Amino acid sequence: MNTVVEPNSFKTGPDEEGMFGIFGGRFVAETLMPLILELQQAYEDAKNDPSFKAELQALSTHYAGRPSKLYYAEGLTQHVRQLAKDQGLDGGAKIYFKREDLNHTGSHKINNCLGQILLAKRMGKTRIIAETGAGQHGVASATVSARFGLPCVVYMGATDVERQKPNVFRMKLLGAEVKPVSSGHGTLKDAMNEALRDWVSNVEDTYYLIGTAAGPHPYPEMVRDFQSVIGTEAREQILEREGRLPDTIIAAVGGGSNAIGLFHPFLDDKSVEIIGIEAGGRGLDGEEHCASMSAGRPGVLHGNRTYLLQNKDGQILDGHSVSAGLDYPGVGPEHSWLRDTGRVSYVPILDDEALEAFTLTTRTEGIIPALESAHAIAHAVKIAPKMAQDKIMIVNLSGRGDKDVHTVGQLLGMDI
Amino acid sequence: MTTRIDRKFAALKAEGRPALVTYFMGGDPDFDTSLKIMKGLPGAGSDIIELGVPFSDPMADGPAIQAAGLRALKKGMSLTKTLDLAARFRQADDTTPIVMMGYYNPIYIYGVDRFLVDAVASGIDGLIIVDLPPEMDEELCIPAIKAGINFIRLATPTTDDKRLPKVLQNTSGFVYYVSMNGITGSALPDTSRVAAAVERIKKHTDLPVVVGFGVKTAEQAKVIGSAADGVVVGTAIVNAVANTINPDGSLVADPAEAVATMVKGLSSGVRASSLAAAE
Repeated sequence: MNTVVEPNSFKTGPDEEGMFGIFGGRFVAETLMPLILELQQAYEDAKNDPSFKAELQALSTHYAGRPSKLYYAEGLTQHVRQLAKDQGLDGGAKIYFKREDLNHTGSHKINNCLGQILLAKRMGKTRIIAETGAGQHGVASATVSARFGLPCVVYMGATDVERQKPNVFRMKLLGAEVKPVSSGHGTLKDAMNEALRDWVSNVEDTYYLIGTAAGPHPYPEMVRDFQSVIGTEAREQILEREGRLPDTIIAAVGGGSNAIGLFHPFLDDKSVEIIGIEAGGRGLDGEEHCASMSAGRPGVLHGNRTYLLQNKDGQILDGHSVSAGLDYPGVGPEHSWLRDTGRVSYVPILDDEALEAFTLTTRTEGIIPALESAHAIAHAVKIAPKMAQDKIMIVNLSGRGDKDVHTVGQLLGMDI
Repeated sequence: MTTRIDRKFAALKAEGRPALVTYFMGGDPDFDTSLKIMKGLPGAGSDIIELGVPFSDPMADGPAIQAAGLRALKKGMSLTKTLDLAARFRQADDTTPIVMMGYYNPIYIYGVDRFLVDAVASGIDGLIIVDLPPEMDEELCIPAIKAGINFIRLATPTTDDKRLPKVLQNTSGFVYYVSMNGITGSALPDTSRVAAAVERIKKHTDLPVVVGFGVKTAEQAKVIGSAADGVVVGTAIVNAVANTINPDGSLVADPAEAVATMVKGLSSGVRASSLAAAE
């Protein structure tokens, strides 16, 4: 569908209208339009202001703990080599983790939140709102709001409030107000609708801190830019460690901010294979998955055109994933474009496969990964045995899994 | 090209009163009942009908219209059936303007060209698509104008004088002034601010300006009507339907009758505002 001519560079988008090919744009109510234009201007100004860069850099280093480590996952690598051996092969690529789980607040979300809170401050906004799925972005938003003394309201689907209790409590401790949203399935999509309703009602003083690389322009570009520190660091780190670029990089895609952050700096490195992992849920046959690029089609939701799970009447489906952070029927518009250009391949991983990778990583590496990241690891474990031992892959370990212990405990039938 | 909307406003101008614009959700509580509701609107005093197209994710709507859309979707309502609803209404009424109001995705998925052909055939006169600002005019606005359908734009308190010309550029039929920043069904702001806003917009356009968001009673319709070319009532009508439905989906009263009663009251309001203006 929608085959696109391959561009000279994959890093030039979006255009002035916020389009990545046919994707992206500014599909919002008129009330929000002046704000979005103001935000775009403020972001342009900030990007060109050395003091903004310096302040963000200092916070990233001393508050968030960047650069995050690039870790050779030796235990997991041994495991995939054993898998290869069992199949009579001598393969097993070397697996590295980009350790975003070690950031302050436990995920990559802090990168974007620091950038945006500085922007909100520049714009003179006095109230922060955010949506959250797994609660990682909610926690990061509540954190930077506390740090900069701004009140923060986090919209969270009622289902997610239930399955991500530890994060709900963290947000409350940080002084944020968590508003459960019970419309729809009570997941990320519904939280985003409610956040947009709040924004449209409070345009004067409120800054909407969107957590993923989606929504109306300039959010997809801005969030990508703030998250690209992941890929920029990873590229330098692997060159230093291995003296060459990786063969494959892998990240999980919900809205797609950790993925675009890792991918973007590698997009023009033609030798690097790039794979995004979608939530396959209980399988792509039914409606219980969130693989919008594998099984959806382009449509318009939440301010942008992108691949969406929808019925033939253009009504948006709820989808399902064991991982709250991937439980979203759309995806950032740049991913949709990268899919259609063929630069990035997107494949689904099932709930069960992600759970298995969760346990495996915990036991072989002593690292409890977020269920979102476990999707990416699952795919790495699937393909690494078939790759030669001198091949190198980087998996984005986008967050830590402490928040998921309740969910995993329930699914594994363990009493916690 | 004059449309049913243009002709309606010309007639109202001659009559010397503002328009009563009534919004209801297509397919709520079910297709047949909503057709009955629609057919009853002109007789009850509605001058222009806004026909809501249900959408799963109505980002600019408050709880009442969200719930109405979900009720309609549950009963199998779709864009195709909403067009059918308009077509059936048109069989008996060739003068009351119908403005379709909704979100872009169902139309995008239906296919813009095919949609416009079918909309014209169904007797649709205008479109209000909440998530298509002027920056996105190539998507639907320009093709709609070419097809002879008015594209009606929302202007809001955040639409300042610098931006108004852009918003008005491809607007036709009338301008819908959203009297407050917020979602549908919120509280009405004070009248003097609304009047000032209408004056501000009229400096930029000769189009009629109607005011919506927050009007619930005949008295409010009268007051707002004296400051504008028309008054939009939506949430109050949708609530009138909701109040006839039991939690189990059965009806306690006739929704069409409930809506007609409410619209008759509102209609007396806008008619009184012509007298108020004349005094």
